[in-house]
Amino acid sequence: MKKEIIISGFGGQGGLAIGKNLAEAGMAEGLNVTWAPSYGPEMRGGTANCSVVLSDKPVGSPVFAHPTELIALNEPSLSKFEAGVISGGCVFINSDVVTDKVSRPDLTAYYIPCNTIAEEVGNAKVSNMVMLGAYVAGTKILKPETIEAMIQEMFAGPKAKFIPLNIDAFRRGMACIQ
Amino acid sequence: MEKELWKGNEAIAEAAIRAGCDCFFGYPITPQSEVPEYMSAHLPKAGGVFVQSESEVAAINMVYGAAGAGMRAMTSSSSPGISLKQEGISYIAGAELPCVIVNCMRGGPGLGTIQPGQGDYYQATRGGGNGDYRTLVLSPSNVQEAVDYVQEAFDIADQYRNPVMVVMDGLIGQMMEPIEWHEVPKRDLAPKDWATTGRKDRDHNNIINSLYMDPEECDRHNDHLAEKYAAMEKNEVRWSETDCDDAEVVITAYGTPARIALTAIETLRSEGLKVGLFRPITLWPFPEEALRKLAKSDHVKAFVDVEMSSTGQMIDDVRLAVEGRKPVHYLGHAGGVMPTVEEMVEAAKKALKEVK
Amino acid sequence: MAIVYEKSKGLTDVELHYCPGCNHGIIHKLVAESLVELGLLDDAIGVCPVGCSVFAYKYFNCDMQEAAHGRAPAVATGIKRTHPHQAVFTYQGDGDLASIGAAEIVHAAMRGEKFTTIFVNNAIYGMTGGQMAPTTLIGQKATTCQTGRTKEQAGMPIRMAEMLSTLDGCVYAERVCVTDIANINKAKKAIKKAFQKQMNGEGFTFIEVLSTCPTNWGMTPLKAVDWLKDNMIPYYPLGVIKEVAPENAEVK
Repeated sequence: MKKEIIISGFGGQGGLAIGKNLAEAGMAEGLNVTWAPSYGPEMRGGTANCSVVLSDKPVGSPVFAHPTELIALNEPSLSKFEAGVISGGCVFINSDVVTDKVSRPDLTAYYIPCNTIAEEVGNAKVSNMVMLGAYVAGTKILKPETIEAMIQEMFAGPKAKFIPLNIDAFRRGMACIQ
Repeated sequence: MEKELWKGNEAIAEAAIRAGCDCFFGYPITPQSEVPEYMSAHLPKAGGVFVQSESEVAAINMVYGAAGAGMRAMTSSSSPGISLKQEGISYIAGAELPCVIVNCMRGGPGLGTIQPGQGDYYQATRGGGNGDYRTLVLSPSNVQEAVDYVQEAFDIADQYRNPVMVVMDGLIGQMMEPIEWHEVPKRDLAPKDWATTGRKDRDHNNIINSLYMDPEECDRHNDHLAEKYAAMEKNEVRWSETDCDDAEVVITAYGTPARIALTAIETLRSEGLKVGLFRPITLWPFPEEALRKLAKSDHVKAFVDVEMSSTGQMIDDVRLAVEGRKPVHYLGHAGGVMPTVEEMVEAAKKALKEVK
Repeated sequence: MAIVYEKSKGLTDVELHYCPGCNHGIIHKLVAESLVELGLLDDAIGVCPVGCSVFAYKYFNCDMQEAAHGRAPAVATGIKRTHPHQAVFTYQGDGDLASIGAAEIVHAAMRGEKFTTIFVNNAIYGMTGGQMAPTTLIGQKATTCQTGRTKEQAGMPIRMAEMLSTLDGCVYAERVCVTDIANINKAKKAIKKAFQKQMNGEGFTFIEVLSTCPTNWGMTPLKAVDWLKDNMIPYYPLGVIKEVAPENAEVK
């Protein structure tokens, strides 16, 4: 089993954090993981992306041209990376930001209104968790319990009040995938 | 031991603190700036000293001063900044001071790119400064190794009173990977009775210096350094071999290309092709004898050297070790373009076809 | 017989290599005596430059480090930051400090590094053979300005004590010379004060000592003294350039 995921969006949208959450959860499940960011001028406002590998074998290259999944949080990300996704791969799109559709018929596309759902559960900032939920449900590569345990750990102590919000967002994201 | 997810640059800074680094002097440059950032936040809390210097030139000379005064001193930078440090590195080697220097390499020449590169191999292994000197060069290919080597580097530097470089491409500094904090082997180290700490408890002055005006004296000093380098060549060579026992083609690579090669080898082996990886861990001293042994073996037919460099630099050492016994092919890119699994597979197949 | 004068214990017995009439010997003596009289010799760590005083590590009777050209303030920073209770000083010439090491001295002063710099300004590169320094005066001949320095070609000479005084981290800057007994006494007083302020943790301290170079100036030692008085002092005025009262100086 090997998942090679590109997560891409505007700086500040939380794409790098989604990647980090995936890597953390993969590590918790005993997988070999890497997280590699694009770095440079795009950090200052442009489109930023990261590459995550989850694998049951040691990870060779932490960067790759042909992801198994693409998580696109803005339009430029979809147009830049769609062509590279492996045939039969998946694309997860934040449909509140991206109006374009996936053009390749060999890809499975999921359109997730991350911002709408995040606002419905009470905080626009948890749109990442919505997308994370969609990815987990869409790929079944990680156990939802692992993510929820991770959320518990992330918001330990005085930040504990954010746990229900994040878990709610995560579950709503999962529910988007039929 | 529980695994923790760490970014390479932050992990090496934490590793240095755990290894007893007393002081860090550095200057911002992409893609290594997380090292001084982490050090500024955490080293003083651990009782150490952090100074953001006005330049890389100043940083390496602060290292000289602190190391000369007996401290475990460290600096880090990326390629153009390491170029600026060469003067100081030569003086540190000449004055026989221990220190740890991290180069989180980007592409060159000149400003080049901020993307990962391996174009500083010559500079690291030949000595980029003036004079006859060597720095011991460790090259990790994942974050765990970076953490382990940085910790060991302090002991190695102290043992030989010589600068130790940890050289990694920018990707290893930027990426996150699970690591475990485990004990690295500690060495028996002599007290630093040569350090300038004030002459209070001594009957003589300690002097840190690399100047020898008398030709014979300078010659003797250089001979002494050469003996030290010979001892490092004898005792400190490290490398790793994967699937080399029956390999017909051996890929030589270090850093990120070496880990990419492992995936390529998996693909090639699944097609029944006997390909292995030879990865130098110490770039200097280079594992010449071990590679020569492979070159002499009947089963190895060819080598493919892979680097993040357009011309290839380590390939010179590979050729020196192979001594013309087998063909040595090259695959490389610069500018942050990674050699891919597909390219390595193709290069290995081509090399194999030529000898069959 | 009573001893009326003896060599400072702050100097070793190694014979100085300086040219006849050079002021380095006197300045070495003043630094050494200051360290001894303040009880700092056993705690002192000196950093010497590249230039005529490159062998100062053989002469000062304390721990010494030899720095690369111009880098003494960075080296001293590394020492003092990790050994805050030692007396740390750099001893540098004008090529070393004002030219190749300009960045290092400016930033050490900016950071308020708590060491003392003894800056020996003889308006010329001595060791390399009399080339123009940043401190060479207008009209002064040197081997790289053989008809005399011009403003058009090389700009105006740099006044380091004044320049560093603009930085808050510099708490004390004084310019002195050692041409006669009165000035020698003033110079020693200044050097001692600088070390005292350093040990009080007040900040960066800087003593500029105007010095002769009879060999490269092409003069007898006596004529060189006159030339210094007539030409250098008018451009590089003696006296305290900056002194921050301790209560206003950086907190220890």
